[in-house]
Amino acid sequence: MSNEMIPDYEVAHGKSKAFYERYERKGELHHQTHYCPGCGHGNVSKMLARAIDELGIQDRTILINPVGCSVFGYYYFDVGNIQAAHGRAPAVATAVKRSRPDSVVVAYQGDGDLAAIGSGEILHAANRGENITVIFVNNGIYSMTGGQVAPTTLLGMKSLTTPQGRSVANEGYPLHVSELLATLEAPVLIERVGLGDAKQIVQATRAIKRAVENQVRGLGFSLIEVLSPCPTIWKMSALDAQHWVRDVMEKTFPLGVFCDRTKEAHPRLQPAPAPALAELPRILGVADDDLPEGHPYPGKRAEEVDLHVRVAGFGGQGVLLLGEVLAEAGLDAGLEVSWLPSYGPEMRSGTSNCHVRLSTKTIDSPLVVLPDVLVAMNEPSLRKFDDSVRPGGWVIYNGDTFPEDCKRKDVNVLALPFTDIAHELGDARVGNMVMLGALLEIANALPQTSIDAALGRLVKNPKWVALDERALERGRALLKESLLEV
Amino acid sequence: MSDTEKRDRGLLRVGVDECKGCGLCMDACPPKVIGMSERLNHYGYRTATYAGKGCTGCGICFMVCPEPGALTVYKLAKVPMVAAGTGVTGVS
Ligand SMILES: Cc1ncc(C[n+]2csc(CCOP(=O)(O)OP(=O)(O)O)c2C)c(N)n1
Ligand code: SF4
Repeated sequence: MSNEMIPDYEVAHGKSKAFYERYERKGELHHQTHYCPGCGHGNVSKMLARAIDELGIQDRTILINPVGCSVFGYYYFDVGNIQAAHGRAPAVATAVKRSRPDSVVVAYQGDGDLAAIGSGEILHAANRGENITVIFVNNGIYSMTGGQVAPTTLLGMKSLTTPQGRSVANEGYPLHVSELLATLEAPVLIERVGLGDAKQIVQATRAIKRAVENQVRGLGFSLIEVLSPCPTIWKMSALDAQHWVRDVMEKTFPLGVFCDRTKEAHPRLQPAPAPALAELPRILGVADDDLPEGHPYPGKRAEEVDLHVRVAGFGGQGVLLLGEVLAEAGLDAGLEVSWLPSYGPEMRSGTSNCHVRLSTKTIDSPLVVLPDVLVAMNEPSLRKFDDSVRPGGWVIYNGDTFPEDCKRKDVNVLALPFTDIAHELGDARVGNMVMLGALLEIANALPQTSIDAALGRLVKNPKWVALDERALERGRALLKESLLEV
Repeated sequence: MSDTEKRDRGLLRVGVDECKGCGLCMDACPPKVIGMSERLNHYGYRTATYAGKGCTGCGICFMVCPEPGALTVYKLAKVPMVAAGTGVTGVS
């Protein structure tokens, strides 16, 4: 209903301008929200809309909507809207606020969203004192999913997953989010309000406006926890649910201001802007002469490159470095590249592998599922990835003999004892570079200057650079020899 | 006695398409001038109804109502505009 005009009367309380006139919901439900009769989410939405109206910030407000019953905020609020993954609203709000400091960013969250799956996000956003506003609607339950226990469910309260009532022994105590966050040094305002009766609702309206206003003033992190009725899941009438907030819920979650630094807070310092691109070499301590000189392949290359490589072995064999040199050389040659390492928690031993792509086109995904070349530094790696090699592709295997049961008719194989060959060259550890040499010869996509440049950048010790160069050369030669043998 | 003195200070309009009949306004209204309809609306809800007189314009029903557009509370304008042609006060 729009605020219709009536002779001699003026609208004292009507629908906020921050709401859409009609909601673009499915079917014919354009007139009303999806909330159940008596649901506190409606009241809280109205309070937020009113604050937006009164502060005149509709054009620069961005609402971060949660997962939960209030997921559809974007149907109702005529502001910028983002819908975050479950519990991640404070992280999304951080990013939005930092990249658009002039916007007013409000994260709206339920208690399952904020206090369970998102407990990490809210804690750290509060601790960093992000200049955002968080509206935390605590109805003590997961409502949207049908009433499972939440961290905030009251002791003894029955839920789908605590059919005998929440017990300390099983589910622990109700989590007092506001009290916890108030122990931090950064937050500016943390207050718990309720929707238990008209008086409480008036106070809640005030608190929400203050929390948004703090952000407009640049003061920092404000959070308002709202004890809110959910008549549907609580299985109560709207009125009983409202009074239950005041008469029961409030005993576990006392209302009040837990932290208020509004008076002494100074406008929060903006994080330093990102440095200019041209400044980066100096900041990173990279000398100018280390940098590639423009694109060796300006414009369109004569030949399209689209190389997918998987390198695998055990930790310490130089699996990741091999991939890095390849990717770095591609970068030097002006190609699009990706290098995605994948390894277990072990620093040494354990297995490790990486995905490398080089392409003249934009790379859609850094994952290599169908490698053109597999570099297998040991037998388990060969067994693991052999089947994935693209027909017509190559397997470079570190071993005298290629296991019979791994042989495929549709791929090329170069199987040599690369570790031993490297040992003869001077150090067994450059086996990876011998294998890379063979790979470069197969791919035939990179000029030697780019490979030299990559080695120079990634390997600091000149002695090793010299050894690596020899190893690469040896690898190239071995591949050529193997082709002649056929 | 002027028109203004006879009229109520406030006035309530209920959006029948929006009200879901939760009844919170009925309970909260200090002069108790809100009731519940017998008939169901288009969506199958009974809806709040204004008794037609006695509203003070306090806005408490609006505060407790969860639905953004279900209730609109009006107040008698301080300076009623009876000038020809307008008949309506500015909507604040
Ligand atoms: C990653 C992920 N885990 C679980 C869910 C399922 N899920 C949807 S809503 C919800 C909890 C909602 O509870 P709350 O945040 O309290 O909001 P309410 O519905 O009570 O307003 C859960 C667990 C999900 N959508 N995504
Ligand atoms: S289930 Fe509860 S929280 Fe969800 S819309 Fe209904 S009353 Fe609101």
